Amino acid sequence: MNHLVAAPLLLPLLTGAWLVLGVDRPIARHRAFSLAGCLALTLITGLLLFQSITGPVQVYVLGNWSPPFGIVLVLDRLSAMMVFITALLGFLSLVYAVHGTDLEGKNFHALFQFQLLGINGAFLTGDIFNLFVFFEIMLLASYGLVLHGGSGPRIRAGMHYALLNLVGSSIFLVGVGILYSLLGTLNMADLAVRIIQAPESSAALIQAGGLILFAVFALKAALLPVCFWLPAAYSFTSAPVAALFAVMTKVGVYVILRVFTLIFGDHGAAGANLLAPWLQPAALITLAAGTAGLLAAQNLRRITAFLVIVSVGTLLAVAGTLEQDAIAAAIVYLPHTTFMTGGMFLVTDMIAQQRPDAGAKLIPDQPVQQQTLLGLLFMGTAIAIAGLPPLSGFFAKVMMLIHVQYYSGSAWIWFLILFAGFLGLIALGRAGSIIFWKTLPVQNINSAEGAGTRPSRLPVFGPIYVLPAAALLGISPLLVIFGQPMARFADTVAAQLVEPVLYIEAVLGLERAALFFAHTGGL
Amino acid sequence: MEILVAASVGVMVACGVYLILRARTFPVVVGLTLISFGVNIFLFATGRLHTNLPAIITSEQIRYADPLPQALVLTAIVIGFAMIAFVVVLALRASGELHTDHVDGQPDDGRQKDGP
Repeated sequence: MNHLVAAPLLLPLLTGAWLVLGVDRPIARHRAFSLAGCLALTLITGLLLFQSITGPVQVYVLGNWSPPFGIVLVLDRLSAMMVFITALLGFLSLVYAVHGTDLEGKNFHALFQFQLLGINGAFLTGDIFNLFVFFEIMLLASYGLVLHGGSGPRIRAGMHYALLNLVGSSIFLVGVGILYSLLGTLNMADLAVRIIQAPESSAALIQAGGLILFAVFALKAALLPVCFWLPAAYSFTSAPVAALFAVMTKVGVYVILRVFTLIFGDHGAAGANLLAPWLQPAALITLAAGTAGLLAAQNLRRITAFLVIVSVGTLLAVAGTLEQDAIAAAIVYLPHTTFMTGGMFLVTDMIAQQRPDAGAKLIPDQPVQQQTLLGLLFMGTAIAIAGLPPLSGFFAKVMMLIHVQYYSGSAWIWFLILFAGFLGLIALGRAGSIIFWKTLPVQNINSAEGAGTRPSRLPVFGPIYVLPAAALLGISPLLVIFGQPMARFADTVAAQLVEPVLYIEAVLGLERAALFFAHTGGL
Repeated sequence: MEILVAASVGVMVACGVYLILRARTFPVVVGLTLISFGVNIFLFATGRLHTNLPAIITSEQIRYADPLPQALVLTAIVIGFAMIAFVVVLALRASGELHTDHVDGQPDDGRQKDGP
């Protein structure tokens, strides 16, 4: 057993707990511990990703209870990729946060670490009740972070976010309860085996349980009927938190892919292809609604929040075909969109700080102080998000469009993705031209001092301040340059998802996997 | 017994849903509590309903109550309790900051405050 698999949980847990104990210590100490923890986490998850690319599915059996009785952590390629994305995005967001966001209230760093713990846990766990527990850890930390240092609007948005997710948690428990009472297990791999053997009479209830779970996962992923919490929560919270949250909706996407390929996939007898009539339409409507929101938003923060919704819609519309090469294309798009929307939140915040009156609102104001720097960052990130060459958005979208063309609904996917890209370009172009070009004349505070003096409270950003946003943008050309290895990797990820027999074998051993294999009509 | 348990789950969740849809934070919190109670009982019943059975298997005792839902429900109660406590604090903070206990943070007749 490779103990490193448990490290993405233990490291943030211990760092966070240690930071809570020393809540009154100087902030420098908190920052040092938290940054060191995140850096170590990034390195460890990088190593895990490397191991999973070259090696088999790894299983970590907590407490050494042999599966399916204990709780297992499973590291396959998809979860390895997701924990690495989380760690890297978390580290860069934290580098941004130490410039003052963490001073708005107490315990920012501890909450941040617990947030990472919850997200990593959701990615790694192989037990569906344990998934609920990690969701709750993730949510409780995120309530703290959304509200961190907040007043008025932030509290109102946080309230809606908390209430909706509490209802979601209750519904999740109902779904888990139904599956357990019918199948008698909570281990996801074991559920996949037992669903095949389930009697015909329980098929309806199994399907109901599965769809109830889908409703909850859709809430986390922000699919349309349940996505209205997102724009407010993400646009009112502080920028580094919003940047980290760019990966939170991807938790929803991940669990949808995991649960509905492993348990309710092609082979799932009573629950086979349960999601086929639901996922793609919901995702396409989400995509359309997110695009409409993009155009309607009068604030750059809100635009970025709607970009998150658009990205979820795109991902799930393509992955919703549940075909291997389409999922692979979506997996190429996933890191790109996560890092770019995360980076956009940071760029937005920097722009807002340098506009004295308007902030992030799209009304004319004095020009930002570092026009060239912020303009280039904004343009680069916008180009990547909108999907123009030469950055990664273009290649990821082309790949998705090529791979979905033979599957059902491809006409709608083509139309909506291209249309959303076009309208996203308009929304971002409009925002950019208002912010950078449609400027008011610079006002002098001390008119006698001559032109160019600005109110002294506006910050000027040094290289360290800009680093996280620039680094996130810098990932985009890397994804293009290493496009072929990335595409090949994504293909193996999708292969593992579509053919879950390796996953089941790693968790339950050869005997149960053979049973699964025999029932699914393998060789 | 099944009818009694099923009815109590149903009534509690129905009351909870009604209360959640109210506009003030206090009924919403009570509604959330009711829903989480209903869900806990439901989760408890997933191990089937028994009376007077131990949750362990021994050589002379062949019939037993499924211990796993009991463990699950314990976890769910603890988590649900913590969440409710958090929402109560959040609701108090919101009514202090926004000067209203409306869930949308706006007075009943007033317009919503400006967004960012």
